[in-house]
Amino acid sequence: MAEQKMVNLTIEGRQVSVPEGTTILEAAKTVGVLIPHYCYHPGLPVAGVCRMCLVDVEKAPKLAPSCATTVAEGQVVHVHTEKALDARQGVLEMLLINHPLDCPICDQSGECELQDYTYQEGRADSRYREPKRFNPAEDFGGDVMYVPNRCILCTRCVRFMDDVANDPVLNVSERGDRAVIGKFEGQDMTHPWAANVIDLCPVGALLSKDFLNKARAWELDRAASICPNCTQGCNVIMETRENQIVRMRPRPNENVNAFFMCDWGRLNYRWMNEKNRVEQPMVRGTNGLVPTSWEGAITAAARLLSGKKAFVAASPMLSNEALFLLTQLMQGGSGAFRVQEGDEAPLPGVKDLALRRERAANVYGAETLGFKKTKDLLGGLGQGDVLVVAGEDLDGIDASAISKASAVIVISPVLPEAARNAAVVLPIANFSEEEGTVTNLRGRVQRFTQARQAPGETRPSWLVLGDLLGAMGKQSSFFLPSDVFAQLARTNKSFAGLSYDTIGLKGLPVVDAPSNGQNAPIAVGAR
Amino acid sequence: MGFPHPSHPRETPVLSKYFGDAEARTLDGWKKRGGYKALEKALGMAPADIVNVVKESGLRGRGGAGFPTGMKWSFMKPGDGKPHYLCCNADESEPGTFKDRELMRWTPHALVEGCAIGAYAIGAETAYIYIRGEFTEPLYWMEKAVKEAYAAGIIGKNAMGTGKRIDVHVHKGAGAYICGEETALMNSLEGRRGNPRIKPPFPAVSGVFGMPTTINNVETLIASAPILLNGADWYKKMSLSNPKSTGTKLFSVCGNVVRPGTYEVVMGFPFREFLYDLCGGPLHGRKFKAVIPGGASVPIQTMEEAEATLMDYEGFVEKGSMLGSGGVIVIDDAQPMVTVIARIARFFAHESCAQCTQCREGTAWTTKILERIRDGEGTMEDLDTLLDIAEQMTGKTICVLSDSCAVPVVSGIKKFRNEFEALIQGRRFHPVTAAVA
Amino acid sequence: MTPDLVGGLESPDYASHDRAGHGPYVPVFTGDVRKELDELLTRYPNKMAALLPALWIVQRVRGWVPEEGMAEVAELLDLTPAYVKGVVTFYTMYHQHPVGKYFIQVCTTSPCGICGAEDVVKAFLRHTNTGELGVTSPDGKFTVIEVECLGACGFATPVMVNEEFIESMTPDKVPDLLARLT
Repeated sequence: MAEQKMVNLTIEGRQVSVPEGTTILEAAKTVGVLIPHYCYHPGLPVAGVCRMCLVDVEKAPKLAPSCATTVAEGQVVHVHTEKALDARQGVLEMLLINHPLDCPICDQSGECELQDYTYQEGRADSRYREPKRFNPAEDFGGDVMYVPNRCILCTRCVRFMDDVANDPVLNVSERGDRAVIGKFEGQDMTHPWAANVIDLCPVGALLSKDFLNKARAWELDRAASICPNCTQGCNVIMETRENQIVRMRPRPNENVNAFFMCDWGRLNYRWMNEKNRVEQPMVRGTNGLVPTSWEGAITAAARLLSGKKAFVAASPMLSNEALFLLTQLMQGGSGAFRVQEGDEAPLPGVKDLALRRERAANVYGAETLGFKKTKDLLGGLGQGDVLVVAGEDLDGIDASAISKASAVIVISPVLPEAARNAAVVLPIANFSEEEGTVTNLRGRVQRFTQARQAPGETRPSWLVLGDLLGAMGKQSSFFLPSDVFAQLARTNKSFAGLSYDTIGLKGLPVVDAPSNGQNAPIAVGAR
Repeated sequence: MGFPHPSHPRETPVLSKYFGDAEARTLDGWKKRGGYKALEKALGMAPADIVNVVKESGLRGRGGAGFPTGMKWSFMKPGDGKPHYLCCNADESEPGTFKDRELMRWTPHALVEGCAIGAYAIGAETAYIYIRGEFTEPLYWMEKAVKEAYAAGIIGKNAMGTGKRIDVHVHKGAGAYICGEETALMNSLEGRRGNPRIKPPFPAVSGVFGMPTTINNVETLIASAPILLNGADWYKKMSLSNPKSTGTKLFSVCGNVVRPGTYEVVMGFPFREFLYDLCGGPLHGRKFKAVIPGGASVPIQTMEEAEATLMDYEGFVEKGSMLGSGGVIVIDDAQPMVTVIARIARFFAHESCAQCTQCREGTAWTTKILERIRDGEGTMEDLDTLLDIAEQMTGKTICVLSDSCAVPVVSGIKKFRNEFEALIQGRRFHPVTAAVA
Repeated sequence: MTPDLVGGLESPDYASHDRAGHGPYVPVFTGDVRKELDELLTRYPNKMAALLPALWIVQRVRGWVPEEGMAEVAELLDLTPAYVKGVVTFYTMYHQHPVGKYFIQVCTTSPCGICGAEDVVKAFLRHTNTGELGVTSPDGKFTVIEVECLGACGFATPVMVNEEFIESMTPDKVPDLLARLT
């Protein structure tokens, strides 16, 4: 690409230098100036209709819409002059004249840009004395519900469906103050990425039916995570209320998922809240499995593994850290995993973004670390091996296949039915309850943080496996997951040079990641 | 001519000469009256020379903005390898304006000829005439004229045997004032909602179908033919005022006046004489109270202002208004101004495309307040609110529909505040009761 | 100097119009109508540009633009029905519901308003038995609406009856006009 010409200007007294063609709104962001806006969204084509982002450009006769005005050399831009403020106050007042002001019962309350900007710079009162218009709420299908009375007609949803999903099922219907977002009878928001319009909506007009009336925004705790539901590895925020995940939303990452996530991933969080957990370490005694101390259980497991080959049936939902430690206890044995599959569903407007066929977070990591992807999970289990069931639910596995094993150790959040005769059960946290990294299908290593507390005496997988290896004399214990990762980076060339610090919250590719462009910024909204 | 009335001696009928002359509507009739001579001449000229003649003539856009036509044409860069388009804006919807309707229903071939000249001048092979859907009669005659012109080989693959391709198509609108805004017209022509586009890019760079496009009003295109035939000087000399406003202009007159109709006068004509002599003055027993001289979206003039106006682009501005589309709405003393203004606001609220916040909400809000004042439920604070809303609606949106709604409100409150206050204070408006002749 | 009348007062295809909107939808674009659309498509560089003309054809044949008509047009022009509906609802001349045999539009915008257009509307409402704007008379014959500026302000009050444009209407001429509409 030819070198880009830079343009120098002044925004709110700050010197700015940005590539030619940048809008004033984006240029302002680079120096920490947020120009209020509604219709503009960096992942969508510019509409320039809300007129909220008007700024004062010296020597220009009129206020300029900063989302649709490109920078010019020597320009002097003021965001907070009386003239600009007055215009934005005007817009805010007009956006509210027909708004029901029903914040007490609105799901968006607390994360609503209409609230925020009005709080920030709106009028304290309204001069509107006329009747408000009313339109009934409408189920748009999929997870989407439309409340037209709260709609500010920014058209983000329409542009997303038109230009990003390439499935124009939404429109602006009618005109003037009768205008609403409309759809065609019988054609619902069933596109696999449709629910993104809920996040895009800056107000409470498009709501998630799944999340409806579940929580106030300020009751939620939030954790940066990765969607575990396929190999794309969309960056997400897991939101919990009273330790239950109640919502997953995309977290922007231009190298992976832009601003979006698919509906399937978004709504597939309930398994992480499931109650059928093993909550205490257990060891088999004469009366079956009995709860015991962590020390006792770890010692028992180490004793079983002593001098034996281990076969590890792992889940591709496990972190790189857990999988790495599992490879350390194989002692000449091997490991395998299987992965659930479904139909691939791309988001056409974003390069290389799809709900992937393989529905687990860490398929790439598992393979990189030497686990064999197979449909015959226990095919590699040798006679007399110790079978380590790590996060695998063993669904559909015949008990007779397990009988080859000299002993079964379960290291899982849930005790699988097929492993009822396990000798030792070590309960570990599930994906939402611990910290770690996973590697997406393009070899991008991404960190996820803990969103909820693990139940009972359950411990993080890396801690349990570290202690077990310690008890086997193979390893001193780890204090942090980053210690495990550091060890992985030292010993595995794919991960060489990476650390939690460098990966950050946006991820980095493994050394030998396939080079198919995913590590370059993706074109958003490209047609 | 003052159609439907006989031509007044002080008119200068150039474009309106054949209004009411049914034979002029046919190809043969049009040719007998000198039709298509200008096109023949044009096709023998270099496009750049045509542009120069039009530039030289001082012709300015007759749709409302008054942009110099020759300069607009010169923005179309020849040889850029892209298809160029000409759009004829025949979406005449500005309340008070009906001159293009007369031009199309009486002299349809004049427009075909004007389109062909314009298209050739800007390097376009295709011209679309976008006619509002309500204009069933102009649509009928224009479609007929286009068909005849194709059949006669005047337009088409080999226009007038010159080997040049000039296609002209009639495109029917479907009820939307805003499609008279040039970028909205292009969207509508493309099969979209008639939403105005953000400029830049300007149409000459990226217009209809994303290609370089020129949009001209019906009257502008038709005027290009006599200019080519008679020369720029002839046109320039037709001005009673100043060199910036040249030629003749059609004014359509409506409202409370004895002879409403379409008049053609030379630029700079005294508005007072126009209203009282040509248009016959007020109805029996009534007095003129106000004039909206350029379609509903220009400022209202008091009679004092109107009677001192010279009718050209600068003259109307000097006296507190604009030439606009040349749609003269005359209001007499029997009309309550608040009712008139409220009805104009309702029009804009109905026609707002719904894109920009200030327009979508502001036009409707303004209407509701004005109708409340009209019904005797207003307060003095409402007047301040109206002016403030008008300020919010001015200069802040993609197109000027919002501004257009604010204009009569602001000028109305400024110039006829007593009528607003009387209604608010419970004094009903008492119209004059004289019989209308 | 009354201009020639255009077409008839009755829209030509009225017999095929789906007045109640209950009848099964019969595709519009078959045979000659399909050919008409094909000819229209040659005028534009893409299919979408034929949307407004195609919708006009649906309205001509069906009397209004039902959702099935929008879907049929969408299919032919490679658009989605939702897109087409967004366009249909923008333009006020497309009927989204069945209307009376005679669809009467009276201009009431300011220039006509100050010339007595309101009284013309009242006369139509009274004499057509519709009573209310936008309501079809019990015999299915008339629907009266107010329309924004018809662009014939010098001929106040202009009225459109289907495709017919009638100038200088006054309240006392209304009964005569209606008598012609059988």
